Order: sequence, then C-alpha cells, then structure tokens
Amino acid sequence: MASIDIQNVKKAYGHVQVLHDVDLQIKDGEFVVLVGPSGCGKSTLLRMIAGLEGVTGGEMRIDGKRVNELHPKDRDIAMVFQSYALYPHMNVAGNMSYSLKLRKTAKEKIAAAVASAASKLGLDALLDRRPKALSGGQRQRVAMGRAIVRQPKAFLFDEPLSNLDARLREQMRAEIKKMHGDLKATSIYVTHDQIEAMTLADRIVAMHGGVVQQVGAPLELYDRPANLFVAGFIGSPGMNFLDAIYSNGNVTLKDGTVVALPAPLSLDDGARVTVGVRPEHVVMGGEGAGMAASVDLVEPTGFGIILHLSLHGLAFKVFTLDRAALSAGPMVHVSFPPQHLHVFDENGERCVSRQ
Amino acid sequence: MKTSLLPTIAHRLALLGYIVFALFPLFWLLKVSVTPNDLLYSEGVRMWPSRTTWEHYSFVLQHSAFPTFFKNSLIVSGSTAIIVTICASLSGYALSRFNFRAKYWIVALMLLTQMFPLVMLVAPIFKILTPLGLTNSLTGLIVVYTAFNVPFATFLMQSFFDGIPKDLEEAAMIDGATKFTAFREIILPLTLPGIAATLGFVFTAAWSELLFALMLINGNNAATFPVGLLTFVSKFSVDFGQMMAAGVLALIPAALFFLLIQRYLVQGLTAGAVKG
Ligand SMILES: Nc1ncnc2c1ncn2[C@@H]1O[C@H](COP(=O)(O)OP(=O)(O)OP(=O)(O)O)[C@@H](O)[C@H]1O
Ligand SMILES: [Mg+2]
Repeated sequence: MASIDIQNVKKAYGHVQVLHDVDLQIKDGEFVVLVGPSGCGKSTLLRMIAGLEGVTGGEMRIDGKRVNELHPKDRDIAMVFQSYALYPHMNVAGNMSYSLKLRKTAKEKIAAAVASAASKLGLDALLDRRPKALSGGQRQRVAMGRAIVRQPKAFLFDEPLSNLDARLREQMRAEIKKMHGDLKATSIYVTHDQIEAMTLADRIVAMHGGVVQQVGAPLELYDRPANLFVAGFIGSPGMNFLDAIYSNGNVTLKDGTVVALPAPLSLDDGARVTVGVRPEHVVMGGEGAGMAASVDLVEPTGFGIILHLSLHGLAFKVFTLDRAALSAGPMVHVSFPPQHLHVFDENGERCVSRQ
Repeated sequence: MKTSLLPTIAHRLALLGYIVFALFPLFWLLKVSVTPNDLLYSEGVRMWPSRTTWEHYSFVLQHSAFPTFFKNSLIVSGSTAIIVTICASLSGYALSRFNFRAKYWIVALMLLTQMFPLVMLVAPIFKILTPLGLTNSLTGLIVVYTAFNVPFATFLMQSFFDGIPKDLEEAAMIDGATKFTAFREIILPLTLPGIAATLGFVFTAAWSELLFALMLINGNNAATFPVGLLTFVSKFSVDFGQMMAAGVLALIPAALFFLLIQRYLVQGLTAGAVKG
C-alpha cells in the first residue's frame, strides 16, 4: 500500500487545459472519492495517476517517489475501468491471473490468489467462462477480481458501478466498502453517484472545470460546503438558493423576510449574498408560519416526499418525511431554521462567521 | 409463424439467384475443362457434355510447365501475403493508436500511391529492378507486390484495430504489460479476423496479378500461373480445354486458403470485452 501525492498537477490537450493545479495528498490506506460534473477531469486525473496520460505540469509521487515519467506497468497500481475492459479471448481465470503471469508468479501462487479472489467475489463457478458469457454484474466482479488478485500499491476505480442496475449497485457498493475494510488499500474512486460518494469515502474531492473545489470528509462537504458549486453538487435533491442582502447578522430575502443568523458574518452590511438551504432542512408550517409558496408538483419517493414549489417565482424544493405533505394544498408556508442556512458571498464563496 | 414464411422464401430465392449468378462462370470453367476437344464445338451450347474426359488435366499436369508456374505462384502469393500482413499489422496499429507529426502526410502519401494506374508504373519499376537483378526473379515480384499491397492492407488493418477498445491495452499495461506485450497478447489475438481478411485479400490479389508478372518475367522458370495461362493461347488457336483445366487447378489453392482462414473471418471475437 502506498500514499499518493499530487502536487500542482496540470493537464493540457494542446491549448485546452483540462486540469488546473490539482493538489491532493492521499494517505496510505485512505479511500478518496472524486466527484464532479461530466467533463470536469475526474477520469483524466485518475488516468494520470495510473500513468495512462502524461503529466503536463507539476509532480506525481507514489510513496514519495516521483512517477511522472514511469510507465503504467511499473507503477504497480490496479484499475477498474468503467467499461470493465475484460480480455475477451481469455476466460475469467485468465483475466484475473494475467497480471500475475506477467510478473512471472509461480503457478501455485497464481492458482491460490485467483481462487481466493474468486471466492471473495462469488466467481468460483464462472472461472472457465469467457466474458461474453457473463452478465453485466458478473463482468463487473471479474473486473474487480482482476484488480484484487495482486496486492497493488493502490486501486483506482473509474465509475465501476455505473453500468449496473440500482440493486446490484447497492450490493457492490457494500462489498467494495467491506473489501476496503479488509484490504485497507489506498483507493481512488470516481463516481457520479451521491450515495456512493457519501458512503464510501474517507474524503471526498469535489471538482469543477478542472479545479478542485473542496476536499474533506463527506459530512464536512455536506454540512459546510466551501462554495456554491459544492453546495449545489452535494446532496440530492440539490440545495435551494435564494438571493438576499446581509446586514448586521441578518439576511433579508427578496420578499422582506428577515432571518436572523446564529452568528454574525465577516461581511459588510448591505452585501449581496446567496442563501442556501437544503430541501430536507426546510420547515413547513401553517398559515403565518413563514413564506407562502405555491405547490407545483408532489413527488412521493416512498421513503419521503419531494415538493416542488414556487417561491417568489423561483423553483424551490422541499423534502419531508411527513406523509401529510402528499395532500398539501395549492399554497404552503415554509421557513428556514437559521442554523441550517448556508450563506455565500458574491463570488460564491462560503461566508465565515466574524471572529 | 405463417406471416414470415413468404419473406423468408423470397429472401432465400434472392440468395439462390445471386449464388447461381456468381458461380455460373466457375461452373462453365469446370464444364469446359472436362469436355473432350471433339465435342467442344460440335455440341452447341449444353449445360453438360454428353461425354467427359480428364485428358486436359493429365496433359496440363504431365506435359506442360504448369506445375512450375503453380509452384512459383504459391511462393510469390504466399510470401507476399505474409510479408504484407506483418507490415500492415504494425503500420495499421501505429495509425490507429499513435498520434505523430507526419501522420497526415503519411496517410496522404499512401492514398496517393493507390491513385495511379499500374500500367504507368511498369516502365519505371522495370528500370529500377533491372540493375538490382530483380527482373525475371520471384523475389522481384514479391517486392513489387508487397509495395503495391501494403497501403491498402494498412488501411484495412487500421480499421480493425480501430474496432478494438483502447481500454483493453490500457488494462493490460496496468496489469504489467509493455506496450508491445499488450499488442502481442491482447490486441493481436483479437485482430485475427482482420489478419485473415488481409491475408486472403493480398493472397488473391497476388495470385491473379498478370500485368507485372508478364512484364517483369520472361521465360517459364519464374513465370506465375496467370502468365502460364497465356501459353495456352497461340497465334492460331486457343486450347480452351487445357486452359480451363489449368484454371480449375489454380482455383484449388485459393479455395483451400480461404477454407483455412474462414473461421477467423467471422466477426465477434471482441464480444464481452466491454459492458454490452
Ligand atoms: N484526448 C483529449 N483531447 C482533448 N480533450 C480531451 C481529451 N480527453 C479528454 N478531454 C477533455 O478533458 C476534459 C475532462 O475529461 P474527463 O474524461 O476527465 O472528464 P470526466 O470528469 O471523467 O467526465 P465524465 O464524468 O463524463 O466521465 C473534458 O472536457 C474532455 O473534453
Ligand atoms: Mg470519466
């Protein structure tokens, strides 16, 4: 196992810069999840760590050793591709043992490693099959098996579960978590899936446009998003945003509603701010208990209910566990608990409390 | 199901029609080759002669230089096919996977070579080969055929490599393979259909090439069989029976060759590589 240091790493394709000064220290045994919208450079970063893409600038270190110029085969890193990339002309055992064969491992050792990985993943009965005779979920397992047969310095996963159905994804997610608990392997995991990110990560790295926006524990990103991007990206359904004016420890919304913040912010009075509140933190009340909003749409998810509202003409979402919301009238009243408000300045950065 | 019967029958009939159309000349070849000379012109147009004979075959095999032509053709076509396929695999892979500065110009140049009528090139090539001692030799023919077939074969192989996901060799490299090992152990086995197609294409092209064989070779020792066929045409008559018998014999290696590679020609070797 190993630590991975990414220092000021840049990547450009011709004149197009897709990664800007990425700085990331991954500790030995840590599980780091990369999230971000499509095209933000997650796969590119992952592939650079694997050695499949060159580094345009900065330095990449594995276990303290500079690897910028090192060929992928010499980095001793395992990767699970989104497409699985199984070797079609080899059976399952062949796919899993290929890396060990290349390392000239003894036959008995290979057999033992394949058998143990196969039993971990429930592939024992499929070892003689070719990939084309496997289901999507089984292929995914083989791809995982190919990574775990050897003890690599780190595991890289590029959206490994995105081709699976919801149930299988849930099951594999739990298995990956369990496996990480057992192997304690340094892992970097790219995903679009909020729940995967929140449940698997020791730390989440939120990226946008090739720039790291925030690095932190899952709950830290959820509770204290560093900027508007992270606030809107983490959490589902996404955070609501309202324009407001800050003054003197209060924010005044467009309709004149004044909400007192728990602590004054280091902002000038009269500053324009954006106030964020998560749908699950909005409180619904009767007449007179907050701002009036019209109900556009009611979405029961089974677990809870998502209400789509119009507040001052803006789309606004509320998530509640209260089934009474199913029969919510044409108008509801909403209010925001001050401790759950997120305030962002004009540049979209999170405002900190005045010391 | 009843409803699908008619389209099926129509489909089969269309196929049958096409097969008959495509194979009729071959049938005619066979028919003439077993028709005794005395019946060839006397019986009119018949689907099968009233009496058949093997005499043309035995003459061709025992009393003509045909076995030599045949051996020469095998050597030339086989060597050309193998050399071209090896070159085309490597260059096709490079064109498919690497980005290099002169790529555009190399591709343009290769296309350019395909644009000239070969007749135009006979004289210059003869001039080049003479001082090298490569006229009237099988080696010279192999060199010329290889040069003419490599560009097209390269494009052919490139399209096959393009069809193989890049992920596969990246996975192999992460598994610990060098680029070349990944090429040899992962990509090449998956390109067998492409290799078979290229081998077949080049082999038949070289097997039936007449122009250069005629121009660069004189005398029977280094002649290939298309040239040999012409020896049955004399100033005053054409010996159709013997010519056709030789033609049938010449078909045999080509047919055998395709029989050998046809199982690789079926597509679908990459099935299962990616999610699907
Ligand atoms: N070979 C290339 N040449 C030019 N631009 C490229 C190349 N490869 C990737 N890019 C660009 O780099 C950016 C980052 O791509 P990348 O594949 O890393 O995105 P991603 O975050 O993994 O997206 P997704 O979530 O859709 O997989 C994209 O804008 C893409 O267009
Ligand atoms: Mg990606």
